[in-house]
Amino acid sequence: MKIVGKNEEECILCGTCEAVCSEYYFKEDNREKSAIQVSEIDEDPGVDINVCNQCGECIRFCPVLALSRAKSGTVILNKKKCIACFNCVGACPTESMFYHEDAVNPFKCIACARCTKECPTEAIFMEEVEL
Amino acid sequence: MTISVEDVRTSRKVLAEMDYTPAKIDKGYAGQSLYVNLSEARIEPKTVTQEMKDIFTGGKGFGLRYLWQAVTPDTKWNDPENEIVISAGPIGGITQYPGSGKSLVVTLSPTTGSVIDSNVGGYFGPYLKFSGWDALELQGKSDKDVVLYIDGDKGKVTLEEIELETGASHLISEVLTEAFAESEEDKQHISVVSTGSGADNTLIGMLNFSWYDPRRQVVRMKQAGRGGIGTVFRDKKLKALVVRFSGLTGKNNNPADFGKIQRAGVKIHREINKFDDVQCRMRQVGTANLMTVMNDYDLLPVMNFKYGSHPEGKKISTEVFISKFTQNVYDGCWYGCSMSCCKAVDGFELKTGPFKGEKVVVDGPEYENAAALGSNWGIFDPDFIIEANFYCDTYGIDTISTGTMVAFIMECYEKGILNKEITGGLELNFGNKEAAMELLHQLGQGKGFGKIAGLAIRRMKKVFAEEYGADSNFLQDIGMEAKGLEYSEYLSKESLAQQGGFGLANKGPQHDEAWLIFMDMVNNQIPTFEDKAEALHYFPMFRTWFGLQGLCKLPWNDIEPEGNKQLEEANKVPEHVQNYVDIYNGVTGKNIDKEELIRQSERVYNFQRVFNLRLGFGRREHDRVPYRSQGPVTAEEYESRQERYDGQLKELGFDIEGMSTEDKMKVMRKHREDMYEKLIDAVYLRRGWTNDGVPKLETLKALGIDFPEVVDVVKKHL
Repeated sequence: MKIVGKNEEECILCGTCEAVCSEYYFKEDNREKSAIQVSEIDEDPGVDINVCNQCGECIRFCPVLALSRAKSGTVILNKKKCIACFNCVGACPTESMFYHEDAVNPFKCIACARCTKECPTEAIFMEEVEL
Repeated sequence: MTISVEDVRTSRKVLAEMDYTPAKIDKGYAGQSLYVNLSEARIEPKTVTQEMKDIFTGGKGFGLRYLWQAVTPDTKWNDPENEIVISAGPIGGITQYPGSGKSLVVTLSPTTGSVIDSNVGGYFGPYLKFSGWDALELQGKSDKDVVLYIDGDKGKVTLEEIELETGASHLISEVLTEAFAESEEDKQHISVVSTGSGADNTLIGMLNFSWYDPRRQVVRMKQAGRGGIGTVFRDKKLKALVVRFSGLTGKNNNPADFGKIQRAGVKIHREINKFDDVQCRMRQVGTANLMTVMNDYDLLPVMNFKYGSHPEGKKISTEVFISKFTQNVYDGCWYGCSMSCCKAVDGFELKTGPFKGEKVVVDGPEYENAAALGSNWGIFDPDFIIEANFYCDTYGIDTISTGTMVAFIMECYEKGILNKEITGGLELNFGNKEAAMELLHQLGQGKGFGKIAGLAIRRMKKVFAEEYGADSNFLQDIGMEAKGLEYSEYLSKESLAQQGGFGLANKGPQHDEAWLIFMDMVNNQIPTFEDKAEALHYFPMFRTWFGLQGLCKLPWNDIEPEGNKQLEEANKVPEHVQNYVDIYNGVTGKNIDKEELIRQSERVYNFQRVFNLRLGFGRREHDRVPYRSQGPVTAEEYESRQERYDGQLKELGFDIEGMSTEDKMKVMRKHREDMYEKLIDAVYLRRGWTNDGVPKLETLKALGIDFPEVVDVVKKHL
């Protein structure tokens, strides 16, 4: 299964990944609408890159079975089934299921790799992991 | 008792129908309610007035308002004018905050003769609203069994005859879900309200509200349990209500500020995810998490509330129920409930009754059921409790009333008031599982001694005194009912505030108004009468609010945010109160604060008190409680806790040297009964009521419920 891997020490907080993601999925440059979110933190290495690791913990919390694993292993949300309860947001161990008041449904990284292609420092990259 | 989907589909015969365009929901309200007259097979819409929304808010408030308009002071529960009203309330149906899908059911009760309300999960209330109806009024009586079908997708209401030759509510729910759904996927868009044969045969019939569990692929049910609403339902010859609505998005209430609701929801979802496993463990075991703690604190009703704990209590402990319930599955009775406490026992093989040998999914047992059908009968067998829970549900009888009244029967049997001749051979000693289960089947099927038991405690006391020569004072002391409703399952003997919580509750002794035992008895946070009176004002009002909105109480304080315990008003869980203010404002676009929240409740609470008065109840004499709820009735009770009771008497200044147990009980009783009266004085004063428990005119005026018809009722008692 492919996930977005990260090397936070390389991150320069340029925000390119957030812009790429929100531009593609929400048609606007708005980090709050990005499925990868980067922030400066006090602890080493000074940067936190928050992106879904496809652990799938959220799946069992969905009341309508809108979350599932695609054949590739990526956890995906079926927006047609989703009833906007945000239980998945509350249950995510890494808080990588995001939400925004403009969007009815929560949103997450589906490992499309767009952000990793644009990252200038290889702080994020596609990584193969065992399911 | 089997029915096929094909039979249901082919036997449908429409008696009346109404096409409509579902109202667009505006900030939590559809603005329309649905009225059905079963005598005349008449279906019509009503407009929900601004006054309804401003004064009565929704849910239970709407139920009380419509019922008031429908009945007269002389109306009895089985008169055609009595109504069953179901309403969800403005917040009801949001999916972002846990516990937001409740239906509130209001009617005149067969056992209390006054107003009863019940708060129930399942999908019916929200689907009813999203189908265009803020409330459903059911009036009149049909002359044959009928089913009401509301199709919110097509905009059609039909009153139908359908062949449903079964008295098993779980089968009715299953078959109607399957028959009305257009596909497997469509099943979750259906909710059925039904009851079982026990509602035909007892006065404690309840209603099951269904929802479809897509993981287990079964229909599950939650119960509007208290006060015999199911009995009224069957008296009207209603077999079932069915609603279908497939357009759930999470924004169906068309809220004013979605972001506000979303933020509050995410915050509490995260809290639950982080702390539930170390706090109440609702997601593992639901309310049955209380089993161990209640037994440990001497609060678990044992043998008709004689005792508060039992050495065998460990056999029905919290851990035992965790091992029975399926773990790690979503168990919310409405979408999005992260508290997810509606646990189930899967693949349970029944050992008795009409479904013996079948494997079923049993909802619960919740704490109340486990205490009612277990320890209160002196039975400490989890499988027995699960089986009894299943049969109460499918027979359509209230587990709490069943538990408390069978416990009363058992004590009467042990005291020789009843014998084998009277019970038709049932040896109803505490702990006799076979006899207890047989009595439950008799209740459900209207057979044998079940016909007397099904009258519930108040009427049984009369029968036992008049026909079997029992001492009516003793029956009054041990029969755990007040206002005609059986007590729910907490021992209140050592908490004066909780005695008031039960005794002063508008509908009868149910813990949904106030649960003050820990605050009062364990933590000693409300030591004076004024403190207790303040608690008996604030908490019943605060908790009433859930019933106005279509909410569940549990996510308020069965999860606490970090640091809550250190706050001065920790018992109120201030952060969660603010969440409720936020989600209300988020849905309705209003700008209330926590004080206005309480006022919304006060309006409806006082209206309900006046409604009781209008029906001939609602005064001080009706707030009397049985002494078993206040102290030891028998020497065995006193002596079982002798050290505690002797100590209390010494503290009060009594010289107990040489006093017999009987003498000690007498002085203790006098003291405790005096304390209860003083408590009532303080609470009435705090609530703005007269010393006879009648809301004063200035109280009604301040709340804006001084309608002429309300004032007329009150004036007679001032």
